[in-house]
Amino acid sequence: MTKPILDIRGITKSYGALMASNDISLDLRAGEIHALIGPNGAGKSTLIRQIAGNQAPDSGSVWFNGADITKLNTVARARLGLGRTFQISSLAMEYTVLQNVVLGSLGQRGKVFRFFGNVMKDKALVAAGLHALEQVGLQDFAGMRTSELSHGQRRQVEVAVALTLKPKAFLMDEPMAGLGASGSKRLMGFLDGLRQQAPILLVEHDMDAVFALADRISVLVYGQIITTGTADEIRTNREVQSAYLGTDDDTEVAL
Amino acid sequence: MRREAFINAAIFTLLLAVPLWAYWADQPFTITLATRVAIFALAGVGLNLALGLGGLVSFGHAVFFGIGGYAMGILASHAQSYTPLMEWPFTLNGTKSMPVIWLVATLSSALAALAIGALSLRTAGVYFIMITLAFGQMFFYFTISWPAYGGEDGLLIYVRNGFPGMNTLDPIQFFLICFSLLAIVLFFMARLAKSPFGLALSAARHNEKRVQAVGIAPYRLRLVAFTISGGITGLAGALFADLNRFVSPNMFSWQTSGEIMVFIILGGTARLFGPVAGAALFILLEHFLGGLSEFWHIYLGALLLVVVLFARGGLIGLLAGREVAHD
Repeated sequence: MTKPILDIRGITKSYGALMASNDISLDLRAGEIHALIGPNGAGKSTLIRQIAGNQAPDSGSVWFNGADITKLNTVARARLGLGRTFQISSLAMEYTVLQNVVLGSLGQRGKVFRFFGNVMKDKALVAAGLHALEQVGLQDFAGMRTSELSHGQRRQVEVAVALTLKPKAFLMDEPMAGLGASGSKRLMGFLDGLRQQAPILLVEHDMDAVFALADRISVLVYGQIITTGTADEIRTNREVQSAYLGTDDDTEVAL
Repeated sequence: MRREAFINAAIFTLLLAVPLWAYWADQPFTITLATRVAIFALAGVGLNLALGLGGLVSFGHAVFFGIGGYAMGILASHAQSYTPLMEWPFTLNGTKSMPVIWLVATLSSALAALAIGALSLRTAGVYFIMITLAFGQMFFYFTISWPAYGGEDGLLIYVRNGFPGMNTLDPIQFFLICFSLLAIVLFFMARLAKSPFGLALSAARHNEKRVQAVGIAPYRLRLVAFTISGGITGLAGALFADLNRFVSPNMFSWQTSGEIMVFIILGGTARLFGPVAGAALFILLEHFLGGLSEFWHIYLGALLLVVVLFARGGLIGLLAGREVAHD
């Protein structure tokens, strides 16, 4: 077996008596989509924040490309190649779509402390940005102000910015949220091919998408991973069914 | 975009044309007013980099204005009394040369901005405003209680400093010096706003999380912006001291910080010519309303309220409309 790109080892995080992350271990291997599912309040967001570097775990470690990155902040992790998309679109809304992706390619290139040349006339940066927009199918919206885009389009820009970073792994927090059926389907098709470029750790509520896309699925309940397996294994797992799927009171479980 | 560029050109031309007319019409006081506009505008352009582009509401830019002023005052006072600044380990003499004074003023205020920024940029929001204000007050009280350079009374410089090939005592020539420096700095700012640094700095103001996620540290962007910002305001301070041939702790007062901020708010935050328009409006109000009543600040306060409530883009925003995302 190849070494995992992203390796989370025994992460624990508690808020007082609440164990938001309880000895969580999971990994992400080259070429795969690993989905993380779980009812609301299961601790998905807390886990994502610890992987991205917004929050430090109480114990345990995060390894990326064979190096311990537990102590690194979000900026350093992004520079190492962890491409993150946010659950709530986090873009510079007053910027044009193109400016947002150029910001991404600028971050990827580095050399931010240049005070003279016009950044929007930097051929390499703009080309990289436009290429990312083409990949998500938004090249026609490049000149538009980001705040004028639909919610779904912003989600796609969010993915495009992550693409400009040429990441070694993607960390996607509910990229399908708020997308219509057609938009969701198009993004699924795109993510399907993207896994060859870099593996994706996908947190997603859209079960159809998860079961169609994921090579492996981990189920998080009350801060613990109760099982990891293929789509078929998860579908037939009784523990998962009772905790999360198919039951009528699944929203109750969330609380 | 086009419209704002046109308005900018109009303000720029007017600021040059009025004193030239005043020179022809022999109205030296008008030239002095225009010189004040140019110098205040320069101080505002400095703050605008931090406040407008960087979103850093610094309530302590009087520190840099004051350091620039005292750099001029200290160098010139030693030169006029023929006493060296220090004799050990090497002799350092004062100077009456403007370019040298500008360099010292810009570098020392930039250095102060680097130190103050390194500490205060660890905070944000109201705390940042308060900590920069605290630094301002620190410098204010320090200069008041520092007898070597006049203490509370300040420093009087008898003859304006010199610039090679020019008679700086002639109001129009001194105006042209100040105006040229303003023009150079505005050119630099126009380039900076569109540069990679400008894009990233401005993005950090809009959305800090986004900038971090693409691997850029907002703290370093802001620290560099704050340092350049302080240096420019310091240069304006040196010119202001030279205009008055007088330096006093008042340059460090929080009212000075507030006034520099008022130029920006009146003119338009983050607009290239915002501080220029704001400083011009401020001087005009001070001149004409000040003639009506000693308490003209009441009218200024009312105007500020109107601008903040109804014209968020300031004077430039009112004339040029909503800010267009630059191409």
